[in-house]
Amino acid sequence: MTAIPLGHLLMLGAVLFAIGLAGVLTRRNVLVMLMSIEVMLNAVNLTLVAFSRYRGWTEGHVLAFFIIAVAAAEAAVGLAMVLAVFRLKKSVYIDDLKLLKR
Amino acid sequence: MSSELVLFYVLAAGAVGFAIAMLVPPMGKNPIHSALSLIGSFFCLAALYAQLSAHLLAAMQIIVYAGAIMVLFTFVIMLLNLGPEEIQPPKITFTKVMAGVLTLFVFGKLATAIALAASGSVATELTEAQGYGTVKVVGRMLYSTFMVPFELASVLLLVAAVGAVVLAKRSLKYVASPEPPPAGLNRLANAPDQDEADAGHADHGHH
Repeated sequence: MTAIPLGHLLMLGAVLFAIGLAGVLTRRNVLVMLMSIEVMLNAVNLTLVAFSRYRGWTEGHVLAFFIIAVAAAEAAVGLAMVLAVFRLKKSVYIDDLKLLKR
Repeated sequence: MSSELVLFYVLAAGAVGFAIAMLVPPMGKNPIHSALSLIGSFFCLAALYAQLSAHLLAAMQIIVYAGAIMVLFTFVIMLLNLGPEEIQPPKITFTKVMAGVLTLFVFGKLATAIALAASGSVATELTEAQGYGTVKVVGRMLYSTFMVPFELASVLLLVAAVGAVVLAKRSLKYVASPEPPPAGLNRLANAPDQDEADAGHADHGHH
């Protein structure tokens, strides 16, 4: 049995989630915003793994596995969109991407 | 304090420290430094998964996250040739203040919920025979109980791969439209033929 209290692990997950949220909301670089989303997804994964460890379940691992798959898909499509937008606007800053705001 | 707890604190400090370094200057100013810092955070989390007996997930974290996804990020950063961001005085805008307040609010809610719920939780005993978190156990569950979601995840990844190729394709306009491409592009497309013809002429001249 592990000596790490469950609360410590959940708190680490919450701290990482808050860091990712702050990154998405404050940074203006789309690439860094995507990276912050990855940090948030990792925080969720850590919470799932911690709960499965303390319950002796394996389902949490499978769910975390699916989250990793979705994160990979999201990163691929998101970066492709960043590339396409960069060709159009020559910028990766979210403040420059206001095509719909005329 | 047990050695296990000390290791947890070191890894947690690493994960949080690298994640903060990703966003805050001096490292956060350059996107490539942000990406490298994030890889450090992912490695710390992989070690934490291993500490929690999630062996398959620890390997997946390194292969998929630190390997595939972050290589994709660094590729795109280098492809776009992004330098360090222009140094501007840190301006406090209304949006950023609201973002900070919202972040603190969300974190406060999470922290109070954790403090209320997680007190006095004890980990279940694990025996070696159970093989908790190994490839065998997780894989068996993945291919039996979660068979349909697993197949759907493969379809999702296929759609994402096709979508990424379509989105990042350079001259989609000319592929999609029936009218011929403009003259400049046409000349470029014919360039190899021209070269071949030139080479043929040169050969004839030689003989």
